[in-house]
Amino acid sequence: MSSTASTQSGQNAQSLTLVEAIQDGLYTEMSQDDSVVVLGEDVGKNGGVFRATDQLYEEFGEDRVIDTPLAEAGIVGASIGLAQTGMKPVPEMQFMGFMYPAFDQIVSHAARLRSRSQGQYSVPMVIRAPYGGGIRAPEHHSESKEAFFVHEPGLKVVSPSTPYDAKGLLAASIHDPDPVIFLEPKLIYRAFRDDVPTKPYEVSLSEAAVRREGSDISVYTWGAMTRPVLIAAENLSQSHGIDVEVIDLRTLSPLDIETITDSFKKTGRAAIVHEAPKTGGLGAEIATTIQEEALVHQEAPIKRIAGFDAPMPLHSLEDYYLPQAVRIQDGIRETVDF
Amino acid sequence: MNMKNEAGSKDVPAPVREDSDLVQILDAEGNVLPQASVPDISDRQLLELYETIKLARHFDQRAISFQRQGRLATYAPMTGQEGSQVATSLALAEQDWLFPTYREHAAKYAHGMELASLFEPLRGHQEGYAIPEDVNVMPEYIPIATQVPQAMGMAWGHKLQGKTDTAVMCHLGDGATSEGDFHEGLNFAGVFDVPAVFVCNNNQWAISVPRERQTASETIAEKAQAYGLDGVRVDGLDPLAVYKVASEALEKARNPGPGELRPTLIESVQYRFGAHTTADDPSVYRDESEEEVWRDRDPVDRIETYLYNEGILDSDLESEIQDSVEQEVSEAIETAEQTAASPDNIVEYVYEDVPARLEQQRDELNRLREKYDDGAFSEVLE
Ligand SMILES: Cc1ncc(C[n+]2csc(CCOP(=O)(O)OP(=O)(O)O)c2C)c(N)n1
Repeated sequence: MSSTASTQSGQNAQSLTLVEAIQDGLYTEMSQDDSVVVLGEDVGKNGGVFRATDQLYEEFGEDRVIDTPLAEAGIVGASIGLAQTGMKPVPEMQFMGFMYPAFDQIVSHAARLRSRSQGQYSVPMVIRAPYGGGIRAPEHHSESKEAFFVHEPGLKVVSPSTPYDAKGLLAASIHDPDPVIFLEPKLIYRAFRDDVPTKPYEVSLSEAAVRREGSDISVYTWGAMTRPVLIAAENLSQSHGIDVEVIDLRTLSPLDIETITDSFKKTGRAAIVHEAPKTGGLGAEIATTIQEEALVHQEAPIKRIAGFDAPMPLHSLEDYYLPQAVRIQDGIRETVDF
Repeated sequence: MNMKNEAGSKDVPAPVREDSDLVQILDAEGNVLPQASVPDISDRQLLELYETIKLARHFDQRAISFQRQGRLATYAPMTGQEGSQVATSLALAEQDWLFPTYREHAAKYAHGMELASLFEPLRGHQEGYAIPEDVNVMPEYIPIATQVPQAMGMAWGHKLQGKTDTAVMCHLGDGATSEGDFHEGLNFAGVFDVPAVFVCNNNQWAISVPRERQTASETIAEKAQAYGLDGVRVDGLDPLAVYKVASEALEKARNPGPGELRPTLIESVQYRFGAHTTADDPSVYRDESEEEVWRDRDPVDRIETYLYNEGILDSDLESEIQDSVEQEVSEAIETAEQTAASPDNIVEYVYEDVPARLEQQRDELNRLREKYDDGAFSEVLE
């Protein structure tokens, strides 16, 4: 296991993929705090279908890394109860497309137990779910429905785009007193490596990251789309001299409005890139926020480069559905040339 | 020979409970058990049963190897489960409905789906999801247990409309019995006494989680009792027994005798020989020796032995059938590989008429496809 290996070699950072960083983050948090438990379908012996909980069962045993029956409402409902006893459950939803049976538990209860009890009770838990397309998965395995959860007051919604952030955001989520929906972009689970400190650290749930500074346009994105946006930004800078600022939101709820608007005030133009369907997606929220806060700085219509208002197609067409570098570049150019 | 004795001799969990009320006709080799009553089924039907099971086995092998070659995406194998799939479907009347999961390729085929259309979604083409008008099969269900209340609803609708000649068969896994939808669906089925047969393909595993972790009850069939359904346990690797149990349950769903219940929950006790899907590695969570015990009861061998014993099959006919099965699968693959998906399919069937907004999105895509080229879209996202 990565954690053990690094401890033995005595280094203070290791090169990890995003899914390894999540595994390392779980390992780190579980080592430090006995109340943290992982539960879900296939998370134990199997180490999770994406191996995000690899070795944790061997390390912490079956009372802390718990294979449950196949029942999402049961897993989340039970986690709400576990949390009332002082435990910190980290339930895994195997895929975001299979979260819906737990939807009632999440939105009717986890999200509002604090307000329903006037602050007496709370639900500190982190629901992890792989999400998004691009991996040639079967139907229902490529969902990107973050907007459902962003729309629900009382929840925090997080989506890392780098291994470093994945570990730090996961730690912050586990330490957070409120329920967090932790969405893992599975397209980039193993796409690249990043230096990840072995020691515990947090990445704040209240700050977006400026991934690239630029002066012509602000492009807002998160999760797996961050990479193609950065590639598009680099291409445009070289081929067209367009200087793109790239903001990775990291935490989707609550939004870091300050970073969002500060960037827009600087560039006056914006595009939002997400793989979720366009209508009612987070892009609409960001565009409106910018207009509410910084309309006078606006120099071009705000562009949304998003998935179709259609179910994610099977894999032979998913390249057309997802915002690829070509669509991102075209959209940015159109906005800058307006 | 008795399944449980043989299982007990090895140091692995007995596949069948000692006090089993399991319906069996064939022993592990395929000989008719002393007290068993063979269902009334013609030689021609028996050969159809055999041929379709052989085809399912071959389909499975080809699909797995095609997946390894990168010609198909993730595939859910069915080796070991073909006997139950084919026997339950052949028990259906043409007008009966089938609610399949992602693993019931053979069940779908045996109830009228084209073989080629089963390959297409695996190639990423949703065109293969198209269901011919005269075939009463629902699209495969991937979210677990969601089909159960729907199947119940369809059976209920038929009953409310006096269509009592039509039964509904709904497949599910042992893992599915943990979901709320299973319990809600069965509860409704009991309350409204609907003409439905729920077939739980208990293959012992829900990915890495064994049946014992899904439920603390001794059998799945006994859950039927709590909801006011009949519950039956059958040896799922014995195609004759499955055929018998399924036919009786379907007949009862359509024409219940005085005091009889319409709905039945069948627990078809079987084993998943292979991986959960081609993306899964069973060696991480289960012992290979467990599989061997079940391998001894392979449904293909058993039905073959039975047919040889009855003089219905000989080696000439066997190889003739094998040849035709191989040819049929090859042709289906060829047909499937000739089709190509059009990006229009993304928007085509979302609504009956494509809304203006979605039309706009399609136009925008087509503009970009013309301006750049299709290759630009397959640039790697990572
Ligand atoms: C609601 C839901 N949760 C999780 C999954 C992921 N998943 C796919 S198959 C499977 C196991 C299903 O086991 P079982 O019902 O026994 O059927 P089998 O695959 O063994 O035929 C799981 C957990 C899913 N498809 N749907």
